[in-house]
Amino acid sequence: MLQSHLLSVLVWLPIVGGILVMLTGDSQPAMARWLSLALALLAFAVSLPLWGGFDQGTAAFQFVERAAWIPSLHSDYYLGVDGISMPLIVLTTFTTVLVVIAGWGSVEKRVSQYFAAFLMLEGVMIGVFAALDGLLYYAFWEAMLIPMFIIIGVWGGKRRVYATMKFFLYTFFGSIFMLVALIYLYLKAGTYDLGAFYAQRLTFNEQVLIFLAFFAAFAVKVPMFPVHTWLPDAHVEAPTGGSVILAAIMLKMGGYGFLRFSLPIAPDASHYLAWTMIALSLVAVIYIGLVALVQSDMKKLIAYSSIAHMGFVTLGSFIAWDILARTGTLHGVTLGLSGAMVQMISHGLISGALFLCVGVLYDRMHTRDIAAYGGVVNTMPVFGAFMVLFAMANAGLPATSGFVGEFMIIIASFHANPWYALLAAVTMITGAAYTLWLVKRVVFGAVANDEVAKLTDVNPREFLVLGILAVAVIAVGVYPRPLTDVMEPTLQHLAELLSASKL
Amino acid sequence: MSSMSLAGIAIAMPEIYLLGAISLLLLVDLFLPERLRQVTYIGALGTLVLTAYVVALSAGSFGGREYGLSGMYVRDDLARLLKLVTCATVAATFLYGRDYLIARGLFKGEFFVISLLAVLGIFVMASAGSLLTMYLGIEILALSQYTLVAFDRESPVAAESAMKYFVLGAIASGMILYGISIIYGVTGTFSLGELSVGVTADLVHNVGLLFGVAFLLAGIAFKFGAVPFHMWVPDVYHGAPTAVTLFLGAAPKLAYFALIFRVLAQGLGGMSGAWDGMVTVLALLSIGLGSLVGLSQTNIKRLLAYSTIANVGFVLLGIGAGTPDGYRAALFYTITYVLMALGSFATIILLSRKGFESDRIDDFKGLARSSPWFAWMMLFLMMSTAGIPPFVGFFSKLYVLQAVVGAGHPWVAGIALVFSVIAAFYYLKIVKVMFFDEPETDAVVSGGPALRFLLSLNALATLALGFTSTALLAAIAHTIR
Repeated sequence: MLQSHLLSVLVWLPIVGGILVMLTGDSQPAMARWLSLALALLAFAVSLPLWGGFDQGTAAFQFVERAAWIPSLHSDYYLGVDGISMPLIVLTTFTTVLVVIAGWGSVEKRVSQYFAAFLMLEGVMIGVFAALDGLLYYAFWEAMLIPMFIIIGVWGGKRRVYATMKFFLYTFFGSIFMLVALIYLYLKAGTYDLGAFYAQRLTFNEQVLIFLAFFAAFAVKVPMFPVHTWLPDAHVEAPTGGSVILAAIMLKMGGYGFLRFSLPIAPDASHYLAWTMIALSLVAVIYIGLVALVQSDMKKLIAYSSIAHMGFVTLGSFIAWDILARTGTLHGVTLGLSGAMVQMISHGLISGALFLCVGVLYDRMHTRDIAAYGGVVNTMPVFGAFMVLFAMANAGLPATSGFVGEFMIIIASFHANPWYALLAAVTMITGAAYTLWLVKRVVFGAVANDEVAKLTDVNPREFLVLGILAVAVIAVGVYPRPLTDVMEPTLQHLAELLSASKL
Repeated sequence: MSSMSLAGIAIAMPEIYLLGAISLLLLVDLFLPERLRQVTYIGALGTLVLTAYVVALSAGSFGGREYGLSGMYVRDDLARLLKLVTCATVAATFLYGRDYLIARGLFKGEFFVISLLAVLGIFVMASAGSLLTMYLGIEILALSQYTLVAFDRESPVAAESAMKYFVLGAIASGMILYGISIIYGVTGTFSLGELSVGVTADLVHNVGLLFGVAFLLAGIAFKFGAVPFHMWVPDVYHGAPTAVTLFLGAAPKLAYFALIFRVLAQGLGGMSGAWDGMVTVLALLSIGLGSLVGLSQTNIKRLLAYSTIANVGFVLLGIGAGTPDGYRAALFYTITYVLMALGSFATIILLSRKGFESDRIDDFKGLARSSPWFAWMMLFLMMSTAGIPPFVGFFSKLYVLQAVVGAGHPWVAGIALVFSVIAAFYYLKIVKVMFFDEPETDAVVSGGPALRFLLSLNALATLALGFTSTALLAAIAHTIR
């Protein structure tokens, strides 16, 4: 029962659990917290067999569940995972546990609703990664906006209403074009089944329009330059947990969407427009990196750093055809795609950790202004060590997860065009510059003021959260093999799909 | 004529029954003392239940279409579905409006009697087999509506909007009648059945017929409140007592669907190439204007009026697709929209109390604090109207857009969607006010248990229908093929 419905359990357990948590009401915050933690841990535990039972030898979808949903539309309740979505689902359940622990003491207003929103969001996000039916996917994709809208709007900072409206409308605007594309594909293929979309032959013009429609949805979500402006606002105003989920999971949906929809459904258009995507990715990597350098707000700095790092994901995905043209083999293509995937997982861990670090400071000082800090390490040595570690990982230091993905993508882009590699490698400098400068100003130096002098070091709860993330960041950095092995067959299959013309 | 025999009029059994019940109710109400006014209320609800029963029972095989009364009257699955939904909708309207009417001294027998007369109008339109029967239904419905708007005779705003509604409505009726007369002049028949056979695609360029269709369509657009014939909608919605707005905003939409479907799609379906463009233009204008102008509203009834205009645009978009898929989508859209409109207006009633209308958006401030449950219910309704999955509003938009893309107009679908993002802003604004702002007063929601229960059911239905609407879709697939 559990084995055959693992994905359904993963989707609906948190959603139903979230409703239960909400029903406990605001009068018993302790119960809401423990119940949420239990549910988040349970969901994480349920997601582990997904990894354990995953057959690494095949690119086919696994743990498939299929039942008729809307027969008149030929739309099914169709779930399944492959090497691309499975690690992202585990990342989602893992991050949600951390978010629940991190929100334990720092949220005091409407506690049960806070945790309920995160649990429901978890279920819906897993649904996005697991859905193999276009309509089901879109339903999850849009439904995701509602809890996040509430999270930023209720528990956010001063300009939360502006930020959450912008977040909602930006992403909603992007995704409606995807809806038109999905409808078009449905009318062509006669079903919303993703597999039929892959097999559907499309003319070049159709492909270009479909690609652009998907691009509108995914580019906003990633976010790519120049549609990234919602992200800094949303991040800055969101509560810590919201920022972590946004950075760690939601941004990945854009990258995931490119790999799941754009590339295999419209390979010729992707090929044709790849240069634009590469250019936009490089702009994100270089220009946004420079923008991050001048931020005075810690969360904003990390938000811009996220955009720059996500630029690598799109770069790794879209250099495929240049590699193919140069080397004639799919080996380099797979390398670039693996790099993109590793970068997504790694960025999920690192950016999540950095936002949690900011959250730790914010809970104590109630400001995110870099200038208000200085010499934090003197009063919070353990925290200082964590912050430095995550900053180094963000800068791409070898032996941390940040290095692996970026290095793979830079190598792959060397296969494509040495200039790409050179430009992408600029991030090694800007990334190091903005993160290390952040660390210098916040963590090191003399104690800046009395408030910093009064800071207390991380409590056991915070230590636990940051410690788990530190272990994960180093583990992926030192031994990424298990991760890349899981993805390998799927990405090879994807490379074959996108190298074959559908004209 | 043999069809005028007793057996022949059986085809109009629900209407005959309803009219009889209305007359009886009017008579009983006359002799009731004020304190027993509840009897009329219960009687009105009972009438609706029994009428629905008669509709459901009324013979006629499924899938068939029967004409009666010399072809003036038609009985088919579409009429049956529309009538049943109308009964349910109006019953809900009465249940929602009761407390509101009592608090304002409007709890009078006439309200229910006139509303039931409007239902009769809707029934006649749903079953109209000829243009004249249709016109008869339109007028019964319209006259009842004018009266309902002016029902609070102490209120100058209500009187003003009733006047506006009446004058403009009379012009629209005139246009419909003029259109009908031209069509009769060209084709020589009023019968929709004969028109559906006689009007073929080679008449697309018949100037006389086009002229008639244009007038007819202008009148229909006025009834729907489609741009550029929408001016009355915000004023009337705003000026009428909320219980009446609730009525206007919900059940008559079903009748207007019957109007446009029976006349254009069935009667003049042969020359759909002539009117589908016109309908699509009306649809896009409505979606555009409804979405844009709604942004600047501070009164929630006006806002919902603009929301209605935009939603009507989607119904017309489905009709304008000119395909059975499009008609089905439009019917699904109409029914689900009625469900959402009922819930949204009922929430205003829930928050209002004696001497307080609660019709400003600011009156919803902090609802999530004072009454989290109903804040969530309103969130469901707003998200559904905005078209966010998993609520049913998303699927109704999806079916319409699918039909439009299927008819070969992906760009039209794109434009409609862009405007629906703009409209999403004002639905979000209501959610924002409820969830993110602090309450202005410490008043809690009023409203009796029936209202609360029904409203919860109403809002949860938008979610449930989102998960599975197979039954409704099947019923609709049955009625229009």
